Amino acid sequence: MSTDALPSRSAGNAALAFLKKPLVVALILIVLLLAVGEWLSPGFASPGQILRLLIVAALLGIVAAGQNLVILGGREGIDLSVGGIVSLAAILAGNVMNGADGGILPAILVCVIVGALFGLINGVGVTLLRIPPLVMTLGMLGVLQGLLVVIRNGIPSGRAAPGLSDFVVQPFLLGLPGIIWLWLLIGLAMAFLLRRTVFGYRVYAIGSNEQAAFMAGMPVKTTRVALFMLSGVFAAIAGMCLLGYSGSSFANVGEQYMLPSIIAVVLGGTPLSGGKGGYTGTMAGAVLLVLLQSILTTVHIDEAGRQMVFGATLVALMLFYGRAKAMRG
Amino acid sequence: MSNTATQTSTGGLGRLIRRYPFLPALIILVLLLALNGVFEPRSLSFRSMTGLVSTYLALMMLAVAQTYVVFSGDIDLSAGSIVSLVNVSVIALMQKWGGDGFAVIAACLVGALIGLACGLVNGIVVAGLRLQAIVATFATSIFFTGLALTVLPVAGTPAPEAYWTTYGGRFFGIPFVLYAVAAVAILLAILMRMRLTTQMLAVGDDQQAAFQTGLPVTAIRIKGYVFCGLFAALAALCITGDTASGDPLVGGKMTLYSVAAVVLGGSALAGGFGTVTGSLIGALIIGLINALVFFVGTPSEWQNFVQGLAILLALMAGILVSRGARA
Repeated sequence: MSTDALPSRSAGNAALAFLKKPLVVALILIVLLLAVGEWLSPGFASPGQILRLLIVAALLGIVAAGQNLVILGGREGIDLSVGGIVSLAAILAGNVMNGADGGILPAILVCVIVGALFGLINGVGVTLLRIPPLVMTLGMLGVLQGLLVVIRNGIPSGRAAPGLSDFVVQPFLLGLPGIIWLWLLIGLAMAFLLRRTVFGYRVYAIGSNEQAAFMAGMPVKTTRVALFMLSGVFAAIAGMCLLGYSGSSFANVGEQYMLPSIIAVVLGGTPLSGGKGGYTGTMAGAVLLVLLQSILTTVHIDEAGRQMVFGATLVALMLFYGRAKAMRG
Repeated sequence: MSNTATQTSTGGLGRLIRRYPFLPALIILVLLLALNGVFEPRSLSFRSMTGLVSTYLALMMLAVAQTYVVFSGDIDLSAGSIVSLVNVSVIALMQKWGGDGFAVIAACLVGALIGLACGLVNGIVVAGLRLQAIVATFATSIFFTGLALTVLPVAGTPAPEAYWTTYGGRFFGIPFVLYAVAAVAILLAILMRMRLTTQMLAVGDDQQAAFQTGLPVTAIRIKGYVFCGLFAALAALCITGDTASGDPLVGGKMTLYSVAAVVLGGSALAGGFGTVTGSLIGALIIGLINALVFFVGTPSEWQNFVQGLAILLALMAGILVSRGARA
């Protein structure tokens, strides 16, 4: 899909072009960071540690899947409400199942419906009323945060069912917990959706040139609404998994996913202008982000220093990815 | 996205809104004032109005800060963390220097410089290094928060009495905050007439065109961030006067409200169209919505929800009205 890859004349150029691919950059950085982590604190790159890291990355990665879709759809697509939906899904799921395995299926149903519903409202606001996505989802975030206060006052916080917790933290198949398999499945599904279906082609077409896509007779509005609904659903699924990970939900657990989900997408090589990129890179971006945070917690510096290093490193990392072109006359 | 709306039906209202983009916001503001008056007549008294302004002056300043980056089509998600950093720095300095009048003034000046420096960092990162504003300023916000936590790890150090008694006090029978508002109004009126404001709007309207007419686009965008940092520092001074203590996380929640205030004020987030006056009104709208939700007797647990819903509706209404008029 990327049109800016110049035809390379020599093998050296080809190699350079390969090394400039966001996914390749992210993978190299991941290996590099793992090595640094292992050097800083032996045992950091042990299989058990990596597995724990992947679980945390999967939670972020699932939220980022929806974020990625909305961003790909263009027209400054962005979803700031994902954090609120994650929190809402976590508390709803906790109440529906309330520690019983029998409640898992109804909880999934409730979460998916609620996520899709808020996504639908976002999508309708953005398409029919033509509210800029940033404004619409920012407003929705405020509504969701208010709703969380109401719910928290009305019902107890609820508990995760043992089955859900096992799904997230216990080995399920080949030593990997269910959530990793779920994430891989989502990765495959996203790749299939974006590269092999009409819907996927529409997303790229709308993201790169909405006017042209509209002229070509594509259902621009329906597609964009669907993207926002998918974003809500992915956030809701992540919220449920987060409940399984932490056992019970607490105030605004989801807030920590709002902006990092966008960062994961950008680090994965999808620019915020849309129409370019894909989910494989985002998955690597999520791992990279979690890895970086994890390294900083193993180093013995205080919270303040950790945040400063994290912020500075993020800026440095972004320098590898899609900087805007210099202005030319 | 290219503006496909035809510019044909220019009614009188349309022309008025193009000239004064904050008009819809002003109408919402008057409406909210009237509603506040209906549900709580005392809320329109001079004393309550002063209270409202002194509580929301910080948000008004931060909305102005955000406006200067939005003008040129950028955004600053670190504005709130700059508020936090300046707040704790000023508190720490005043405590260190003894808390008398001189210490207060010196600390405020240093605070303003810190704000400028943060803005400069943002400008260099976003415009100089050409990174995407949303993610890059989120990264710098983490950095600034880290700095704030270094200065003051936990909330609580009180401001010297001289500081908050001045902020909450009266001079010649007129509350201090009104002097502050007047001073800022004069400052903003001057800035509004400066060529830089027009240049920022030109960059926001069409960066490429602005570049081709010979405008130093990068420098203008960096200046926008520097202004943003300065007004964020002023916001911090206001919040320090209002809360009378230091808190390394005090500004975090304000960032998104500042963006909402800018949009409520009729400025376009895409840049190229807007006014600081609108942003000031937008911040007041948020304050009045919060007050109204309280005055109509909403049960406490529902207040956040109703506030959120009202702000969302106001955002949507503002955008629809101004677009309807501009189309």
